[in-house]
Amino acid sequence: MYKASVRAKGIALGLAAMLSQPVLAETPPTEFKLGITTFLSGPASVFGKPAAAAAELYINHLNEDGGILGVKIEPIFIDEGVGGDRLLSEYRRVVQEEKANAMMASISSGNCKSLVPVAEDLKIVNVMWDCGTEKIFEEDSYTYSARTQANAVQEMLSSVVYLLKVNPDFKTIAVVNQDYSWGRDSWDIFINALRAMKPDVEVVAELFPKFGSTDFSAEISRLQVLRPDVILSTSWGGDLDTFVQQAAQRGLTRSSQLVLPLAESSLERLGTALPENVIIGARGDHYFLHPKYKNDPEFSGFIKEYKESTGSYPIYSSFHMVQGLAGLKAAYEKAYAENNDQWPSQEQVAKAFRGLKFKGLTSEVTIQADGQGVEDQLFGLTTKSKEYPFMILKDVMVMPGALFARPLDAGKGTEWVKTLNMTKFENIENLAE
Amino acid sequence: MNSGILTLALLDGVSYAGMLFIVSLGLTFIFGVTNILNVAHGSLYACGGYATASIGLWLMGNDGGIINSIFSIIAGTLLVGVIVGLILEYLLRFFEKKPPILQLIITFAFFMILEDVQRLIWGTSPYFVSTIVGEMGNVEVLGVFYTNYQLIVLPGAAVIIYFILNWFLKHSLLGKKIVAVTHNKEVAVGMGVDAKKIKKITFIIGGLLGAFGGALASPTTSMVPGISADIIVLSFAVVATAGLGQVTGALIAALIIGIFRSLSIYLYPELEVVIPYVIMGTVLLFKPQGLFTVEKARRI
Repeated sequence: MYKASVRAKGIALGLAAMLSQPVLAETPPTEFKLGITTFLSGPASVFGKPAAAAAELYINHLNEDGGILGVKIEPIFIDEGVGGDRLLSEYRRVVQEEKANAMMASISSGNCKSLVPVAEDLKIVNVMWDCGTEKIFEEDSYTYSARTQANAVQEMLSSVVYLLKVNPDFKTIAVVNQDYSWGRDSWDIFINALRAMKPDVEVVAELFPKFGSTDFSAEISRLQVLRPDVILSTSWGGDLDTFVQQAAQRGLTRSSQLVLPLAESSLERLGTALPENVIIGARGDHYFLHPKYKNDPEFSGFIKEYKESTGSYPIYSSFHMVQGLAGLKAAYEKAYAENNDQWPSQEQVAKAFRGLKFKGLTSEVTIQADGQGVEDQLFGLTTKSKEYPFMILKDVMVMPGALFARPLDAGKGTEWVKTLNMTKFENIENLAE
Repeated sequence: MNSGILTLALLDGVSYAGMLFIVSLGLTFIFGVTNILNVAHGSLYACGGYATASIGLWLMGNDGGIINSIFSIIAGTLLVGVIVGLILEYLLRFFEKKPPILQLIITFAFFMILEDVQRLIWGTSPYFVSTIVGEMGNVEVLGVFYTNYQLIVLPGAAVIIYFILNWFLKHSLLGKKIVAVTHNKEVAVGMGVDAKKIKKITFIIGGLLGAFGGALASPTTSMVPGISADIIVLSFAVVATAGLGQVTGALIAALIIGIFRSLSIYLYPELEVVIPYVIMGTVLLFKPQGLFTVEKARRI
């Protein structure tokens, strides 16, 4: 009888304890394990390594301030350079065996496409911290993944707008992009937007040299024969450096205006090989001399610390990494508050990303209801500097991201850009120093 | 197609072929003498390029004269060609009696190791020093500007190397010994030729040619991780088209591939990537031993 009474009391107490707690309350982990995929090998490590360096610095700072909701972050880096299948199994291993609390994947759009559905299966929050393909959220909807930066549509559309602002009267254009999905897709978006805003433009050459090309000699000769007013290249890394070098050596840049939407990442490496007045983009508003933030203590402190630890200035992938981490922290804080100050579940954090507004090192980022981020876009023209042994930017424009974000009911981005005209972008002001 | 386009494609093709020939020559030379298909040859190209760029940067930063640039090309070639060539030869000694496929795997393993060594030494950022190209100036052909470096230095170096190697093999004592070992190692050894020394020299010459290709390419292109794999695949296409072990064949195959690649960029750019392999495939379909393979005496 006594035993039965004790058992009954115990059950009653247990039930009372359970009912007094919110149903979704979870125990905070002792350390916050964060899986981060980035290229540590292969050609794209020109982005991956600077991003990993930024992650280490920024995580140290976050941990000094208490990490995420008081729990210190423990990063686990996964090399994207190992290839699709191995990356997939590493990703699963980190989630299932290392018991990661969140994942950040990835640089490559192809890897994002394969890992985002895996994150759905594993029910783990996944921050798409650098990949650009717009197709992920246009072709499917996902619960656990969110992107903390812009996508290719925003980046290409803003490149077209900046080009038309600084050089509205050109007639002909050619493209020299890497022969893979980014090179092809970015050109589709760019030319669709350009034709919508400047219907008389003529495309004189579409060149897609092999990814990793070491020689652009014939492409440059052909472009010199065709003499396009504008040459677009969304290439990056060694391909971009080689193309720009060879084009400058042969005087192609004297006859054609180069538009390089990803070249912020090559500024320091190219030194003075990059000629004057080349249009440079930064996949967001990421530039170590950002006119709005260069005197901001957090921004300038990070630049200084990064330079001291790596010997170089941070590039856009470094900023994207910081933005991803800052977004994750902000989402956790929002979910925590919405969960009556209890440690949130994966579902609550994923939900908190939708509609989230947060700030990395540069302008505020907004996450749309579908999980897609919207960030400002910075462009400028190259100019020589007395202070730096490489070209910096003049006539810098920081354009509001909201202008370039596809409305959620507007169908595919490549089609949406065809419906636009320049009046939408008339009020963008120069932010020249 | 007008004659203007043909001329421009020829110039671009010849310049590209020059560099391709020098690298392929090292590969075909080592195979011709030792029967080893050296996959690590691509790494010699990459290390030669990286070393030249590093020496150039160390000597002169981003500015400096032609003399410094030439010095860095020579120093980069010698340093990498001799050291890496000798290490590879030493490693392969342990597998001398093993089947050729195992030797190929060893060179592949060495290639993978050297990929990591490159990352360890030079990191992942692209490297280049283009001083010499700027200083040598440009020349205008049919309204198109070329650099003198690509029109004169690259093809010129290839032709000089071709004649020096031919002279060396046909007229010098050491060259004759190499040819003897190539034809029949047992008989050559019986006649008093030191085959081990010949093998060592072969690897050094092959290594120097690979590294020289990279050193010559470094002022016009960025040295990046993964460049070794690209160049070795292209070199295989050249060597397979020509026939393994063929020096003159490699020159002609490099020219064919270089010129057709340039023409495709003018006429049908989508084909550029596959052109070397289309040529190789077509040749091997009709001549499985390559374009220039000569009849060999059968050994019982």
